[in-house]
Amino acid sequence: MMKGLSLLLSLLLLPVAASAAECLTRGTGDMGIVVERAAGSLKVMDTSAHAELFRVEGLGDLSHASAVYSRDARYAYVFGRDGGLTKVDILCGTIAKRIVQGGNSIGGAISQDGSLIAVSNYEPGGVKIFSAEDLSLVADIPATRVDQEKLSKTVGLVDAPDQKFVVSLFDTGESWIIDMSNPQNPAIQRFTNIGKLPYDALITGDGRYYIAGLFGQDGLSLIDLWHPEKGARLILKDYGKGDQKLPVYKMPHLEGWAMAGDQAFLPAVGQHQVLVVDHRDWQEKGRIAVHGQPVFVMARPDGRQVWVNFAFPDNDTIQVIDTETLQVIKSFKPGKGALHMEFSPRGEEVWISIRDQDEVQIYSTRTMELIKTLPVDKPSGIFFTARAHQTGL
Amino acid sequence: MHRLLFLPIVGAALSLGPVSSVASPEVPPQRQAELIHLLKHDCGSCHGMRLEGGLGPALKPNRLQNWSPEQLAVTILYGRPGTPMPPWRPFLTDSEAFWLAQQLKQGLQ
Repeated sequence: MMKGLSLLLSLLLLPVAASAAECLTRGTGDMGIVVERAAGSLKVMDTSAHAELFRVEGLGDLSHASAVYSRDARYAYVFGRDGGLTKVDILCGTIAKRIVQGGNSIGGAISQDGSLIAVSNYEPGGVKIFSAEDLSLVADIPATRVDQEKLSKTVGLVDAPDQKFVVSLFDTGESWIIDMSNPQNPAIQRFTNIGKLPYDALITGDGRYYIAGLFGQDGLSLIDLWHPEKGARLILKDYGKGDQKLPVYKMPHLEGWAMAGDQAFLPAVGQHQVLVVDHRDWQEKGRIAVHGQPVFVMARPDGRQVWVNFAFPDNDTIQVIDTETLQVIKSFKPGKGALHMEFSPRGEEVWISIRDQDEVQIYSTRTMELIKTLPVDKPSGIFFTARAHQTGL
Repeated sequence: MHRLLFLPIVGAALSLGPVSSVASPEVPPQRQAELIHLLKHDCGSCHGMRLEGGLGPALKPNRLQNWSPEQLAVTILYGRPGTPMPPWRPFLTDSEAFWLAQQLKQGLQ
């Protein structure tokens, strides 16, 4: 009898606990999401209070998921590995719209004006572009055919000024500029022979340079988007020459690479090194020996520090580099599976996903000490709303 | 096509150090759990956490049907030169690689 009563009571109380039905009335500038890669869910976080606001479930396979934000920073568009594209309302903790647009995908971008969402697909290879409003298909752009069975995988998709997207083709070694200024009639400019096996790319924060990392050869491919007529050119082409490359257990990421003053910091492929490059002439200025093969090399927003995480089997370690002295000033082991880092917009804190401990750790970048730990199930990508207003993020 | 590419690599790898075709897949349960974790999360960074493919190919039983567990174990241990697939030899014994290959052939939950 008592049991029955308490069950009845808990049932009555359930709708109150399920706060997702209640939308918040607040600004979103100090909010973000953390991807729970194995559960196919994400947590919406308050980055001022260091607290969870909502947990949103049902987003499919979120291994290697990434996200972009609407320009009003209310909606996160989450790109899943299984081709899922989900528009999440972070004020309500609900899915506003979800589609499965491809078989296997690897991230996306939002257009300069916020009206279009582009998704980069491995299978079938190509780029699909959707209305940011209702996720209806606007353009389907298949990649170059590799053989009878497949099209090239697409990687390194970013937004660029003048309502463009730029993407690279893994199998065929191309980069394409997709001009969506007339959404009914996409104009594509193709750069062929940019280098072997581009695996990821980035666009500089000013939207001028598109740089693709090459797995199949030394160097990086650079396109100056102010002068596309000059074509793609190889930079840092001597890097790695003659060096014995180590096996790569996790491909480095180029998005979120570090620019500090005139210097750019890049993860070396197959080396325990961070590359320092003068970004005025793209010449190598030095290499910093680090703990393992870097995956993310990310600058604090003011450029004074660079935080680095590493590939398996060194993914239990984080190192911090002083960009003035180029010295490693801190090494620590937050736990196995330190997968992703995200700085607060002005850089006083960094949040780090520790996959195998099911937690996100928050550090002060001034003291480099742990401030707080939040429980998150197999966390991977962390995306704060400040990305809404940055080209390439 | 894939098979033609694959076999010479297997041949080369075999000459480096074969996986015994009678390798006894005696892997303690705790280590099995670690290997499955490795498969999902570290192999998964290229092959997909659900092994449905990514930058690397899918590793579902139907796609792997043309290869024996021994061949797959060799690929795991020695990688595929010319592709991003690295050798996992530093982290796995022969029998662990063979056990993983068997799991792939059977399909994971």
